[in-house]
Amino acid sequence: MFLSRALRSSCRSLHTVTLFPGDGIGPQISDSVKKIFDAAEVPIQWEERQVYPILEPNGKTRIPDDAVESIFKNKIGLKGPMRTAIGKGHVSLNLTIRRTFGLYANVRPAKSVPGVITPYSKEGVDCVIMRENTEGEYSGIEHQVVPGVVQSVKLITRDASRNVAEYAFQYAQDHGRKNIVALHKANIMKMSDGMFLEQCREVAARYPEINYREMYLDSACLKIVSDPSKFDVMLMPNLYGDIFSDLTAGLIGGLGLAPSGNMGKDGIAIYEAVHGTADDLVEANKGNPTALLMSGLMMLRHMGLKSQADKIEAAVLETLTERKVITGDIGGTATNPEYADEICRKIKG
Amino acid sequence: RSKQWYQRRVRGIAKFAFDYAREHNRKKVTCIHKANIMKLSDGLFKACCKEVSEDYPMIEYEEQIVDNTCQQLVINPQQFDVMVMPNLYGNLVSNLAAGLVGGAGVVPSKSYGENIAVFEPGARHTWMEMKGMYVANPAAMVLSSAFMLKHLQLHEAGDLLIKAVKNVINRREVQTRDLGGSSTTPEMTRAFLNELDTLYKNQ
Repeated sequence: MFLSRALRSSCRSLHTVTLFPGDGIGPQISDSVKKIFDAAEVPIQWEERQVYPILEPNGKTRIPDDAVESIFKNKIGLKGPMRTAIGKGHVSLNLTIRRTFGLYANVRPAKSVPGVITPYSKEGVDCVIMRENTEGEYSGIEHQVVPGVVQSVKLITRDASRNVAEYAFQYAQDHGRKNIVALHKANIMKMSDGMFLEQCREVAARYPEINYREMYLDSACLKIVSDPSKFDVMLMPNLYGDIFSDLTAGLIGGLGLAPSGNMGKDGIAIYEAVHGTADDLVEANKGNPTALLMSGLMMLRHMGLKSQADKIEAAVLETLTERKVITGDIGGTATNPEYADEICRKIKG
Repeated sequence: RSKQWYQRRVRGIAKFAFDYAREHNRKKVTCIHKANIMKLSDGLFKACCKEVSEDYPMIEYEEQIVDNTCQQLVINPQQFDVMVMPNLYGNLVSNLAAGLVGGAGVVPSKSYGENIAVFEPGARHTWMEMKGMYVANPAAMVLSSAFMLKHLQLHEAGDLLIKAVKNVINRREVQTRDLGGSSTTPEMTRAFLNELDTLYKNQ
């Protein structure tokens, strides 16, 4: 009886997921994530790949073929922090990855973490940024008009705006979020932000149960630091999303705690820690794996592995609340592996 | 929509920032940009600021990427002093900063052209929904007018007005909605006037 049950559970589908450990503390915090997922018996096997920029003769940057193939095969990936080479001709690695997999929507939840007290813990933060991730001010179209005068083009397309809006509303529906606010400066950028808003409104009309409104980006900046609890899902173009999601990460304690997910076409979803490589913490192995771990939990929920995600999250929150075994960036003295071990202990109960 | 950077104008705003810092005993100027992505446009802005900074060796100069700046502002705003940046970032950062210190109702501003100076509330929000309701905080407007008086070299009057507004706000007796109370605009104004009276009499 027990044997057949054991056999059955070992035959339960094992998901293969791509892992890009990244640079600096990346491999170390990735180890912690693997250890913790093991402890929670998450049915995942990792396919690790290295990512580095390959500068082609035509000036374009690409990433290694085996990394690309892995994502196209597995669809789901977890990515650690990556260093961008400084110097001429090097496009940001993150940008290259975004382009390679058509990652069009960046999802950045920001939720107050118990045990990490910020000036905003009292009101409580629980919002999600939906950022258009392919165009806008980052289209990379710049030129010099005459010496001393340069132009930078902000590109907004109907398709890209619609894609991110559709993802945002579907996400809100799937996750029981009731409000979406589009952030913009369409009073100034009438055509570009105007087009973005137009698409948001069209999609909103198909989700009558979700409360949709619009707010000037500058108003949102002012209001969110006055009372962040009033914000739920926020939808916006690329540059605003980039800036605003760092702001919201700051409200909950910084980039070391903030998860992120990137949605691509054909079901591709890559989750990542958005902090840096923290090279100074590598020798002592003192990086904080929380952001990568939380991104991993977003990934699990996306894959339908909710109960394992909840189990891990409970252990993480308990560890953070106790403040006994926590890393340096949030006021503790534990190393990365010590923190991970504490979480594993709590998972195993 | 494109961003046009005119080197001359950027140098102008950078010089303004450093001159302001010097006149007001400020120690540091931070240039806020996103030149890692917008290499040409923000790159030019940053380069101009750096160039101008060399003429002011007694003032510390640093550069910071705008998304990190927003994070830093909510985690540790005290690290900042004078901040200089292009138009859009200025809109965001000034609103964020206004939110940190109390909101659109209390932050004044001054705008300078070559031959013109305009004084107005810093957050520039019209709050149309509350038009005619008389619930807005007049502090921002009154402080802006105090700045105008000082610009006209009427320092005594300007300083007195600023002190009156600050005293009323700090006393927390008469407070408009944005400050957590329920006083009306005229009640707040009356409080400023009473305080001005008191200060003037005690001079």
